Amino acid sequence: MGVQPMRRNRIDWALGAVLALMVLGASACGSSSSSSSSAKLPTSIGAGEGELNLVAWEGYAQPEWVKPYEAATGCKVHAKYAGSSDEMVALMRQGGSGYDMVSASGDASLRLIRGGEVTPMNVELVPEWKNFIPQLQSPPHNTVDGKHYGISLQWGPNTLLYNTQSVKPAPTSWAEIYNGKYKGRVTVPDNPIQIADAALYLSKTQPSLGITDPYELTEAQLNAAVALLKQQRPQIKKYWALASDEIELFKNGDVVIGAAWPYQYSTLIADHEPVQQIIPEQGATGWADTWMLSSHAAHPNCAYKWVNWVSSPKVQAQQAISYGETPVNTKACAYMEQIQKGSCEVYHANAPAAYFNSIKFWKTPVKECGNGQNNCMDYSAWQQKWTEVTS
Amino acid sequence: MASNALAARSARTRASAALFRRPWLRATLLLSAPGAWFVLIYLAALVLLFVSSLWSVESFTGKLEHTWTLENFETLVKVPAYRTIALRTVGIAAAVTLTDALLAVPFAFYAARVAPKRVSSFLFVAVLIPLWSSYLVRVFAWRLILAHDGVLNWWLEKIGLGSVNIGYSNWAMWIVFSYIWLPFMILPVWAAIERVPSSYLEASADLGARGWRTFRSVLFPLIVPGLAAGAIFTFSLTLGDFITPTLVGGAGSELIGNVVYQNVGVANNIPFAAAFAVVPVIVMGVFLLLARRLGAFEAL
Repeated sequence: MGVQPMRRNRIDWALGAVLALMVLGASACGSSSSSSSSAKLPTSIGAGEGELNLVAWEGYAQPEWVKPYEAATGCKVHAKYAGSSDEMVALMRQGGSGYDMVSASGDASLRLIRGGEVTPMNVELVPEWKNFIPQLQSPPHNTVDGKHYGISLQWGPNTLLYNTQSVKPAPTSWAEIYNGKYKGRVTVPDNPIQIADAALYLSKTQPSLGITDPYELTEAQLNAAVALLKQQRPQIKKYWALASDEIELFKNGDVVIGAAWPYQYSTLIADHEPVQQIIPEQGATGWADTWMLSSHAAHPNCAYKWVNWVSSPKVQAQQAISYGETPVNTKACAYMEQIQKGSCEVYHANAPAAYFNSIKFWKTPVKECGNGQNNCMDYSAWQQKWTEVTS
Repeated sequence: MASNALAARSARTRASAALFRRPWLRATLLLSAPGAWFVLIYLAALVLLFVSSLWSVESFTGKLEHTWTLENFETLVKVPAYRTIALRTVGIAAAVTLTDALLAVPFAFYAARVAPKRVSSFLFVAVLIPLWSSYLVRVFAWRLILAHDGVLNWWLEKIGLGSVNIGYSNWAMWIVFSYIWLPFMILPVWAAIERVPSSYLEASADLGARGWRTFRSVLFPLIVPGLAAGAIFTFSLTLGDFITPTLVGGAGSELIGNVVYQNVGVANNIPFAAAFAVVPVIVMGVFLLLARRLGAFEAL
């Protein structure tokens, strides 16, 4: 016991030393560095580098088309699945040369371009690009100042997924996940962009708020959407982070209805689960994805080979049916019919422009509203509000 | 040849003589490697954590801005959501610690004092065995047990008690944490109970104290250091965890660890993550000071 004071003294000394180091460190650091990307477009695709590292949505690197690609090009594919656009941006930012390509959605692509994480690509090296639907050849979310920062891939709506045995009558409206009918058995994505779903719903049910674009919200409009989500919160079983989470929740009977991607629907149907998905009467948000090339890519030739592979009508058809989305290549329709009769129609591969225009595609919320005003809430405000909703 | 060997030996002799005459030099040489490791890896990480919590990121591109600001700490204090999360984390950690203490004391008492030698060794192995399997496997097992159509509800239905809806909730999180960290509480308490001489308990009985009185006045004060040592483990492990809340937590089960994980891996806001990570460091500091008062460092 006699040593006790000595020992305490020493512990206090150690604590003091740590504090002093912290202060020293704080005063010593403080430099800044920045990097810029200026790359010349390649004019031909060279030999493959043997490897390709992808950041992808779950379901975007299925063996069905990855295996033949590996066999044809000798590029071994490593895919890292991300659960949200935010995660994709973070992975590309922190990954350095660890990742070659990312399957960015419209709400991530501009952030990646402005941050210098991705580099322009030469569309001349992707012959199939000319067969893409005109809206997605040079869309504003991946083409800036005439430079193509990537090759469009697939697009589709976010759907309302439900268990056909527990949810009766069949839903027709997004109201079912807000009105408390399925309390404690609802799931929605753990993703700030989910606020846009609430805003879309409000734009139809409360026209007085004057929401015209669910991604361009003034403070009052954002608060209204957040209030709706906070009221929804007690009905939520779990905010899902990965598609596989939601699949498990539906399988175990923990949830019976929720916002989903077509991928969850096709996976559950393949396992003979009693589920159905719809685009409710209020319409839907959706995504248009782009394969973008990292500005630090270590395997650019394999990357160009990859975009050519996934742009080909056959792989476009395979992925569209596997995931349940719409291919950008207009030539894919014939292959889809070969794989599954009637699928071209089901997955809207021959749909008119009206269908494309009915989907509110994900984009990054910024201060500038589309109407020339500058009073919209930017993405960091959305992220903060989302934390308030889910915590 | 011979003179070479002689010269080499004399150099070695001189070196060792020099070291012998200067004990401080000996100590410096011996401790420099572990010391450097401690300073560079351990303290430098803490310093970096603290420093980066004073930076910020550009909201649109997510680029790090190396300018000093207290903005992150301001957000922490101002936004009620973060207060809720911090309080929830500390609350769950405290609940888990209390639960484990309540489970560990009778178990350890039985194992250390009552059970025959053979049963006692069996119990020792039984406590340790779960630690040999992966943490993730054990959490996933609980997820399956507590799910709506899981093992627990299946059994409850069988014996006619209906079903409970505790999968993906704070209750699930509390149960799983208590299960996972239980061995870390049992072992130090066990050691503390074993260390109490039997004569103390006998003396207490001789003086007319019954079981409860003996426990309260003799045994318990002597095992408090063991409890405090176990509490350091259960409390700090819960405080920093983000896997269990992700896997078995539901809506509103986020802990500090989840916010840190999301800000690093998803939102790419490392400065804010660092700022929030300072909170458990402070909570743990306070907790350790309290534990030192209770003599926990003597039972480690």
